[in-house]
Amino acid sequence: MRAVGAALRSREAAVALVLVLVVAGTTVLQPGFLLSAGGWRDLLLTPSLVAVLAVGQAIVVVTRNVDLSVGSVLGLCAYLTGTLFAAAPDLPVVLVVAAAVAAGAVLGLVNGVVVAFARVPALVVTLGTLYAYRGLVLTWAGSDRIDASDMPHAFLDLGVRQVLGVPVLAIVAVLVLAVAAHYLHTSRAGRQLYAIGSDPDAAVLYGLPVRRRILTAFVACGALAGLAGVMFAARYGTVSSGAGTGLELTVVGAVVVGGVAIFGGSGTVLGAATGAVLLVTINRALPVVGVPDFWQRAVVGVLIITAIVLDRVLADRRARALARARDVRNPQEVAR
Amino acid sequence: MSTPVLRLEGVRKAFGPVVALRSGTIVVEPGSIHALVGENGAGKSTLVKVVAGVHRRDGGTFELGGVPADFRTTAEAKAAGVAVIYQEPTLFGDLPVMENLFLGSEPLDRLRRIDRRAMRAHAHELFGRLGVDIDPDRPAAGLSIADQQLVEIAKAISLDAGLLIMDEPTAALSGVEVERLFAVARGLRDEGRGVVFISHRFDEVFGLCDTITVMRDGAHVSTDPVAATSVDEVVTRMVGREVTDLFPKVPSTPGDVVLEVRGLERAGTFHGVSFDVRAGEIVGLAGLVGAGRSEIARAVFGVDRYDAGTVRVLGRPLRPGDPAAAVDAGMALVPEDRRLQGLVPQSTVAQNMTAVVRRRISRLGLLSTARENARAAEWTGRLEVRTAALDMLAATMSGGNQQKVVLAKWLATGPRLLIVDEPTRGIDVATKAEVHRLLSGLAAEGLAVLMISSELPEVLGMADRVLVVREGRITAELDRADATPERVMRAATVGAAS
Repeated sequence: MRAVGAALRSREAAVALVLVLVVAGTTVLQPGFLLSAGGWRDLLLTPSLVAVLAVGQAIVVVTRNVDLSVGSVLGLCAYLTGTLFAAAPDLPVVLVVAAAVAAGAVLGLVNGVVVAFARVPALVVTLGTLYAYRGLVLTWAGSDRIDASDMPHAFLDLGVRQVLGVPVLAIVAVLVLAVAAHYLHTSRAGRQLYAIGSDPDAAVLYGLPVRRRILTAFVACGALAGLAGVMFAARYGTVSSGAGTGLELTVVGAVVVGGVAIFGGSGTVLGAATGAVLLVTINRALPVVGVPDFWQRAVVGVLIITAIVLDRVLADRRARALARARDVRNPQEVAR
Repeated sequence: MSTPVLRLEGVRKAFGPVVALRSGTIVVEPGSIHALVGENGAGKSTLVKVVAGVHRRDGGTFELGGVPADFRTTAEAKAAGVAVIYQEPTLFGDLPVMENLFLGSEPLDRLRRIDRRAMRAHAHELFGRLGVDIDPDRPAAGLSIADQQLVEIAKAISLDAGLLIMDEPTAALSGVEVERLFAVARGLRDEGRGVVFISHRFDEVFGLCDTITVMRDGAHVSTDPVAATSVDEVVTRMVGREVTDLFPKVPSTPGDVVLEVRGLERAGTFHGVSFDVRAGEIVGLAGLVGAGRSEIARAVFGVDRYDAGTVRVLGRPLRPGDPAAAVDAGMALVPEDRRLQGLVPQSTVAQNMTAVVRRRISRLGLLSTARENARAAEWTGRLEVRTAALDMLAATMSGGNQQKVVLAKWLATGPRLLIVDEPTRGIDVATKAEVHRLLSGLAAEGLAVLMISSELPEVLGMADRVLVVREGRITAELDRADATPERVMRAATVGAAS
């Protein structure tokens, strides 16, 4: 019983449990949601893209920053992917993927440089680049769009192919998650990201390379948004200038629901990715069970607010428990 | 003679017009525990921060182990073997205690991954050495101040530094913990390292250290072997200056009791605090930084709550924890940090001055700039605030003028009791005298003033009566005639009033 309690207290497990309940409940009402040929595939495939974005976002949010430009970066990199294939259909897929990821990294670098060196709040900087990068795609693409016919079959195949019943894009997302989780948990630099988010002033006093770490976080986030752009092109086959519009808010919501503190310092990429899967799946499940559009959005809003209130309540409760433990350990201080 | 671990000579550091360190000199020999003492504001912390790489010196010699040093970052100082325990712990609350200990130098396994098991073992080992029992896996948030301090000490020891600087490490520790810390310090000394120990507790200084350096007003005063000096001698050197008539105190006859505080108590902060302030009287609240003076003032004003005791204003009990009630009862509080708590820097001078009386000067809930300006003009005249225009932003003014604006803001409420916390911190000498003249004049007009100040000359020059606070208790109450620098400093450090 205590073990169950402990597991439930972990945010990742709690979010995963809600996810299971949502899937189970929807399947009971509409068995096709999970138990059809496409149902299983969509369950894994649709959230993959948002999950990759959420992993990148979590790396930035942990440092007490935020990247609102990810939707625009995704659009730009998706369009770049399509254009490269349209211009040179014989390019190796690996090369195009690398180019899109690199482009995303450069866009992330721009964000990082302004945030880390000009000391402008990330919220403002990335709100600016959200529009600037989108403007870039609009200028570049105009009213043109990349269609499936412009891209090689081998590439589009990645968007639908499955290995042992698991879509390739879902495998990509899981790999990204595993690498990021491992890095954040076991590398010195990864732990320093948490330290910086926990107390930026103390991090400077401690002598941590604060600017370099923040820069790295934004570059990683940009690169992952670039990768998500490639996934978008492969999955949907068409890319217009509006690709990924508004996605940044879903991603930030997913990160918060997944238990990454919006003021930095705590949370995991696993939680963020699970949160992404939950949000996307709820968005798919509600229309299936016949919930009207207004309530679909309201449910997501309630979920985000619940997550934040829950964080607050749990943090307060933990602080009180720690204070009590202290008084028990140092009775003479209480007596004094 | 061996090479000193640390040698500073004539080190200077200024922040804008304020010179924090005029001539910092200290030579720490290997295998020695060196005490650094001085009043608040004597420049000790600035000196430490130069050595730690937080501040860069403006001039003077700085050598570490005989090699010239010039640190631009704390990381450089750390790499050169300087470990510092600051007054305020700087831990990362979200991270586990053990990660706080080893951040940036965590033990790695063969795959260069952080080895948490080894880290935990190291943490246990360090805490064992200090004789404390802190769970390495718990988050640092929620640790008591004493435990945070112990984590800081463990952190410093783990660096294996050649020079360990402790800036008032014992303020929050209990007797047993202090003894253990001293045992560790002696161990480091016997290994041939240098230890610098900053403390206001002379019993500790004389029990632990072998050499003592006294600083005053940002400069070196003396360095002696501890055996060759005495507490009285050191106290005299710390104050060692004549109280000049820089502060034109106008004599006044105290009237009725305005503020009556009885048995005020808050666990862990202050205990059994009782005092009166009369109309026309300036009462100085002296003591060291962290003694609990500001906390007492905040509790009296109702910003913070208290566990027991009563506060009466003009004989009527004041509701605890209600600053609005305090203002209605005729109290005003000019806080310590005017930038943070007293002033809205992005508002104009006029808006700042009229902030508290907004409701009185508004009509039908609307404010008029003309009425704001009229009010403000009256006060800029009375307080001689030097400002080009009333619509200037408060942020662009000098510290002294900012302080006057904050004063004007509260005086506009027509208070009977004014509490000022460090009224002249960071203000140049000329403006300082003006603020003093102002306070003195207000008292002469019948205002009751409670003044918190860490500057001894200010307290002695201004106050009709001095209350000395040490570790949350009032340890002495001295009349103007009896308040000598030595007596106040003694009550603030040793405790028992002589």
